[in-house]
Amino acid sequence: MSLDKKQFLQAYRTMRTIRDFEYRVSDEFGKGNIPGFLHLYAGQEAIATGMCMNLDDDDYIVSTHRGHGHCIAKGGDVGDMMKEIMAKQGGSCAGKGGSMHIVAVEKGMLGANAIVGGGPPLIVGAALSAKTLGTDRVGVSFTGDGGSNQGTTFEAMNLAVVLKLPAIFLFENNGYGEGTAAGYAVGSKDIASRAAAFGMPALKVDGADIFAVYETCKKAVKHCRSGKGPIAIEASITRFRGHFEGDAQAYRGKNEVKRLMKEMDCLTIASASAIKKKLATKAQLNKIDKEVAEYIDESAKAALAAPGPDVSELLTDVYSSAY
Amino acid sequence: MPIKTYRQAINEAMAQEMRRDSTVIVIGEDVAGGAGCDGDRDAYGGVMGVTKGLFPEFGESRVIDTPITESAIMGAAAGAAQTGLRPVAELMFMDFLGVCFDQIYNQAAKFRYMFGGKAQCPMVVRTMAGAGLRGGAQHSQNLTQMVTMVPGLKVVCPTNAYDAKGLLITAIRDNDCVIFVEDKFLYETSCEVPDEIYTIPFGEANFLREGSDVTIVGISNTVNKAVAVADRLAAEGISCDVIDPRTTSPLDEEAIIESVETTGRLVIVDEMTPRCGIAADISSIVAEKAFGALRAPIRKVTAAHSPIPFAPALEDAWMPQESDIEQAVRDVLGYTR
Repeated sequence: MSLDKKQFLQAYRTMRTIRDFEYRVSDEFGKGNIPGFLHLYAGQEAIATGMCMNLDDDDYIVSTHRGHGHCIAKGGDVGDMMKEIMAKQGGSCAGKGGSMHIVAVEKGMLGANAIVGGGPPLIVGAALSAKTLGTDRVGVSFTGDGGSNQGTTFEAMNLAVVLKLPAIFLFENNGYGEGTAAGYAVGSKDIASRAAAFGMPALKVDGADIFAVYETCKKAVKHCRSGKGPIAIEASITRFRGHFEGDAQAYRGKNEVKRLMKEMDCLTIASASAIKKKLATKAQLNKIDKEVAEYIDESAKAALAAPGPDVSELLTDVYSSAY
Repeated sequence: MPIKTYRQAINEAMAQEMRRDSTVIVIGEDVAGGAGCDGDRDAYGGVMGVTKGLFPEFGESRVIDTPITESAIMGAAAGAAQTGLRPVAELMFMDFLGVCFDQIYNQAAKFRYMFGGKAQCPMVVRTMAGAGLRGGAQHSQNLTQMVTMVPGLKVVCPTNAYDAKGLLITAIRDNDCVIFVEDKFLYETSCEVPDEIYTIPFGEANFLREGSDVTIVGISNTVNKAVAVADRLAAEGISCDVIDPRTTSPLDEEAIIESVETTGRLVIVDEMTPRCGIAADISSIVAEKAFGALRAPIRKVTAAHSPIPFAPALEDAWMPQESDIEQAVRDVLGYTR
């Protein structure tokens, strides 16, 4: 049930790709090469990776404003994503979405959603399609601790239970909704038990442990595919960066981020564990690190060199046909 | 040709499209009714009986009763539309837009554009609007202006049974999110409606009366009031163009402008509050594009800028009446510089 050698190397590569992608866009943002807002997933990589490894391309996910990691884990094209975030031609959304609306429809990634709590009702719809059309697809909504407090999320969980839909509500509790602690804002202190109160099983997992995340998600996907209705997972984690790039994070404790980066780095934990379990060698991991670094660098350079969107496209794709 | 009510015409459009296309589903509160109860499982067929009979024919996988949960209904419809279904989602009263608007204007309306043309959202939101039934401030509003202003949405306001069927079939087949605003005053009205499937294109206005003195544009049921006024005034020798735009998004601007270029006078009637409304919008379009043709100031006949009152006398005073339309027509005709 756990990750085998091949799967571990795939998981490691995905996590490393997300990490490097996030740090690179952070750098480019700092240099002024990225307009708008950036919310980075660094630190949370094991969750998207462990979940999406259990999904097929035709399964669905919806994501949040912190969506790059989900998109990469679901198989989104890194080069297209880089271009989108830099507002260039060839971007995932043709320059009309940006970081907060990153998407890979062809991979079942239905879109990052910049409305906190916007995604859960949508995944209920994707799960409804799966059930109505008689496929065995499942839908996963990635939601934060912040989104767990939204009424839309409650409505979505209830409707999924009522209609017995193959939906997974995956809550990534990274400890903060913007600049407010989840310990303050989540009244019950426990997102999983709140989800369970809607009448679905709810699991908890250490979001920094790729092995545990993978196994927990595997159980959840099996539950959904076998027609047992929705299920929830609360993954506890931290974020290495602020709510947004440029967030001074004055709300975090002294040395908190530094300490958590040392104690809760999913990549460090995964490497140590895999080497110990003889699932990978240091050399193999170093090779992946090098390959990913080159891949991200190439993607970033290609995006930097790409032209911006043509202004003549301003009014295309508002509607399906002439309006 | 058979005579059918507005209610029957809408029901028939849904049933025929559901027979034709297995991806069309109906979802909403009490669209069948009776879920989990001991009595009739199609007890309501929609609170106004518009979806009656769909559940027995198509079953619970395609006629889906939900809890009272408008955000989840609209979100589920949008998510389902993005993944292969063509949901017809019912928003029982248009007033309830407030509890689910995010899923409509931030989600469904934006998928295609925001995701670079790679997504689509072929869903219909059927909703009921209109005052005069003493429903009070939260069960009477027509909020067509709030959806018309949103790029990505299409907005349909059928004013008779024939149009209702043809426009709803067009809406179900459309690949964008369509808001289909049913005027609750019209459910019992009837006219000739073919049994066959037919479509009416969006953005093509219907000229209900043709005349040369004044152009009257009416939205939803107000256009029927405008017709009654026009017919009365015709006896006095006053002839009016009465235009039903049928859809406020897209809007057949050309039809309105062409008419105003002939008549030089425009009265716009809608049952919405006056600020930033459809009447204000059409007024601005005509002022901008046909200013030279105007022989009198444009007159807007709208509801009052207040919540909708309950007491019959107050509600009647709140909403546009035929007498208000008639007075406006006489005013623009009598205008001298």
